[in-house]
Amino acid sequence: MAAVMNDSPADEATQDQYIHAKRQQLARALSQFLPAAAVLTAAEDLRPYECDGLSVYRQLPMLAVLPSTTAEVESVMRAANTQNAKVVARGSGTGLSGGATPLADGLLLSLAKFSRIVRLDPLARTALVQPGVRNQKISEEVAYLALYYAPDPSSQIACSIGGNVAENSGGVHCLKYGLTVHNILKLNIVTVDGVSVTIGSDALDSPGYDLLALMTGSEGMLGITTEVTVKLTPKPQLARVVMASFADVEKAGEAVAAVIGAGIVPAGLEMMDKLAIHAVEDFVRAGYDMDAAAILLCESDGTPEEVEEEIAKMEAVMKAAGATACRVSKDEAERLKFWSGRKAAFPAVGRISPDYYCIDGSIPRGALAHVLRRTDELSAKYGLRCANVFHAGDGNLHPLILFDANKPGELEKTEAFSAELLELCIEVGGTITGEHGVGIEKINQMCSQFNDAEREAFFDVKRAFDPKMLLNPGKAIPSLHRCAEYGRMRVSGGVMPHADIPRF
Amino acid sequence: MDTFIRSVQDRIVAAHSSKSPVVIHGGNTKSFYGAKSIGEALDMRGYAGVIDYQPRELVLTVRAGTPLAEIESLMDQESQMLPFEPPHFATAATIGGTVAAGLSGPRRAYAGAVRDFVLGTRIINGKGEDLHFGGRVIKNVAGYDVSRLMVGALGTLGVLLDLSFKVLPKPASEVTLRFEMDEATAIRCFNEWAGQPLPLSASCWEDGCATLRLSGTNAGVAAAMQKLGGAEMPPIEAQKFWSSLRDHGQDYFVSMDKPLWRLSVPATTPPLDLASGAAQVIEWGGALRWLAADVDAQVLREQIQRVGGHATMMRAAGGVASGVRVFHPIGGKLAELNANLKRAFDPANVLNRGRLDNVSL
Repeated sequence: MAAVMNDSPADEATQDQYIHAKRQQLARALSQFLPAAAVLTAAEDLRPYECDGLSVYRQLPMLAVLPSTTAEVESVMRAANTQNAKVVARGSGTGLSGGATPLADGLLLSLAKFSRIVRLDPLARTALVQPGVRNQKISEEVAYLALYYAPDPSSQIACSIGGNVAENSGGVHCLKYGLTVHNILKLNIVTVDGVSVTIGSDALDSPGYDLLALMTGSEGMLGITTEVTVKLTPKPQLARVVMASFADVEKAGEAVAAVIGAGIVPAGLEMMDKLAIHAVEDFVRAGYDMDAAAILLCESDGTPEEVEEEIAKMEAVMKAAGATACRVSKDEAERLKFWSGRKAAFPAVGRISPDYYCIDGSIPRGALAHVLRRTDELSAKYGLRCANVFHAGDGNLHPLILFDANKPGELEKTEAFSAELLELCIEVGGTITGEHGVGIEKINQMCSQFNDAEREAFFDVKRAFDPKMLLNPGKAIPSLHRCAEYGRMRVSGGVMPHADIPRF
Repeated sequence: MDTFIRSVQDRIVAAHSSKSPVVIHGGNTKSFYGAKSIGEALDMRGYAGVIDYQPRELVLTVRAGTPLAEIESLMDQESQMLPFEPPHFATAATIGGTVAAGLSGPRRAYAGAVRDFVLGTRIINGKGEDLHFGGRVIKNVAGYDVSRLMVGALGTLGVLLDLSFKVLPKPASEVTLRFEMDEATAIRCFNEWAGQPLPLSASCWEDGCATLRLSGTNAGVAAAMQKLGGAEMPPIEAQKFWSSLRDHGQDYFVSMDKPLWRLSVPATTPPLDLASGAAQVIEWGGALRWLAADVDAQVLREQIQRVGGHATMMRAAGGVASGVRVFHPIGGKLAELNANLKRAFDPANVLNRGRLDNVSL
C-alpha cells in the first residue's frame, strides 16, 4: 500500500507530469491488446466519466478503458497491476455515493460494452448476464416466461446489474423479495492481478467461505465483476395497493408496525410526510390526500386469491390504526397512479427548493416516531425544511433537506443537519446507509459507525483480495486520516444527474 | 456477560500469542460435521440469552450459546419463525452452531438460507478483538458484509457472540401434498412448479414419491392445491415428515456402515447414477441430493463437479472419521482467496484449526 501511495509526488506540477508519464506508459501497454477506440486518454473523451450520480464530485480519470471481453479485462488488470495503477470500475454511473468517482491517477474501467444477456435457463429460472446489462432489461427479456428479476432499485431503467452487485442494491419490494445478495447465484470476477475466479455456483451453495455475499456490496474494491448469474422469480399475477391517510406521522408509524404485527409481509410499504405529499401532488396529481399528515402505500402481490385475502387484512389494520381515509387501487392503472407520486418524490421536492440534499439512513422501525420528532426539532434548529420519504417496511429513511446553496451559510447548515441525522440513525441502532452505499459520500460517518479495529478488519479483508490496494482505493472504508474530512451529496439548482430517472 | 466476553478475549489473545488452537463448541450436536479439530475446548453455552426480540421489527438478536429450541419456542408465541428452518439434529443445538455450520432445512430453496437472514454479528477474531459487523436493520450497506461471511465458516474466522436475524411471520396456512412419480419426473416438476406463482415452501423426493409443502395465505394455498392435485398428507404426519427430514431422523441418514454424502447441485440436474443405483433422497427442488453409499470419494467428486456442484461427506460411516476429506476441494485462485481471508481474521490459525478442511494456510 505504502509503495503505491508514495508513488505519487505531492507537488502539483510534478504530479501533472507524473500522471502524464504514467498515462502514456499505461496506454502503451493497453494498446498492445485493445483497439485504439477502447483506450481513451484525451480530456474530451474522458469528460463523460468525470462523475457518477454524485455529481458534486468531479474528477477526470488518468485514462479510461472499455474492454469488451473477460479476457480483455484480465489483460487490463494485469497491465494495471504491473504498473501499480489504481483502477475504478464503472457500470452505468448512476450510483449516489460516488463509488465510481474517478481518481486523477487511476484508470477508469468501464463495463459499458458488457451489455449482453448471455444465456437464459427457463427451467432453472436463471439468467447469465454481463455486468453492463441494465437491471430492467433483464425483466423485459424474460417477461415472456412470466418471470422477472426481483430487485428494483428506482434507477432500474438505467442502472446496470454490475453496479447493483457492487452496491447490493435493493428497491421498493425488497422486504418481501430481498436485496441483490438474495437474488444472485454466481459471479465471474477478475482479480486485481488479472485472474478469473468463479464465485458461487449454479447450485444453492459452494465450498469454502461465502465469497458471493462478501463480493455483494463491496463497492468495486475486491474484484471486477464480468459475469453475473441472477435468479428469476415468477411474476406475481396481480398487485394492488392500499393508500391510507393519517392525521399524524406517529399514527402512520404505528400502522406500519401493526401491518407487520398482523403477520403480513407487504410487497411494498412506503410512507410520505405532509411536505413530500404536497410537493408531489402539485407535480404529478397522483390523487394524494392533501389534508393528511402522512400517507402510507401498502402493496400486496400474488395470485388473485392471495391478494384479495391480504388486501382485506391490510385495509382492516389501517382502519384499526386510525387511518382517516383508505383507498384500494381498482386496477393496474390506478395502482401505477398511486405509485407515481412516490416515484416522483425526489424531482417533486427539487421543484419547490433551489437545492436539496438526500439522506439514506436506516433505522429500526420502532424508532421512527422518535427520529421524525428529532428531525422536526433539527429542522427548526437549522431553519431548513425537511421532507420525509421512507421505505417504511424495511426502515430505510430518505429525509430530503431543502436549502439554497446561493444563500451564504446554508450549505454548511445543511451539512451539519445531515451529519446530526446520520449520527441519530446510529444512536437508535440503525446505519448510515441503507442502500446508496458509502462510496466517498458517507466515508466520514463510517468513522462513527465502526471503531478502529473494525475498520482495520475491513482493510484486512480488502488486502486479502487486493494486497496493493489498487481497486477503488479511498472509497467505502476510511483511513484514520480520512475521518477528519467531510463529503456531501447535494443537488445543485434542483438538477440531478440523470434527472430523467426516477429515484427514491 | 461482559465478564464472559473478556474471558473469551483473554483466551484468544493467549492462544494467538502461543499459537495453540481452541475448539469452539455449543451443544456439540454437529460435532460429526467437518474435519477433526484438535485444541482446548471453548464452551459457548455460557453465553446465552435473547438480547432483543421485537416481533414488529421482524428482527431478533441473540447470544450465540442460546439453544435453538428456546428461540423457536419464543418465536412460536409470536407466530414467527427463523425462515431457513434450521436442522436441530439434537435438542442441545445452539444458534451459534446453527450459524457456524450454515446448514438450512427444507424451506431453504424457497425462503432462503441462514446467510440470507443474518443481519449482523458480533465476533471475537483470532487476535482476540471484539468486533461488530452489520446491524439490526434490514437494509444496511455500510462496510463489507462480514456477517454473512461467518455463516458456514465453522468458527474458523471468529468466535460468534451476538447474532441478529431477519425473521418472518409463520404462514397462515400450510399443506403437504404427495405425488407418486419417478425421480426424473419429480425433478422436472419441482422446477416447473418453482417457475410459477405457487406458494411452495419445501419439496422432497424419495422412493418413487414426491412430497410438496405449500405455505401462504389460506386462499393462496387452497388455490394452489386445486391446481396441483396430489394427495393431502394429514397435518400431524406432515409436520413429522418435514422435521424428521430436517433433523435426519430417518435411518437413511445415519448409518453404521455407509457414509452420508451431501450433494449440492444445480436444481435441474437430471437423476444422477452415482453408486450403481443406490437410492438418493432429494430436497430443495432438486438442488440437494443425499446419498448414503460407500463410494470412492474422488470419483464421486469428479462426477458432481462435472454437473456444477460439490460433494460434502456429511457423516462418516458409524461416525468414525474415515480419512476422506470432508469438504469439496477448492483449487487455484479461489483457494488462495479463501486462505487469505482465513489469515486476515485468524493469522495464527487458532480458531477451529483444520475443521474446514478445504481451506488451508
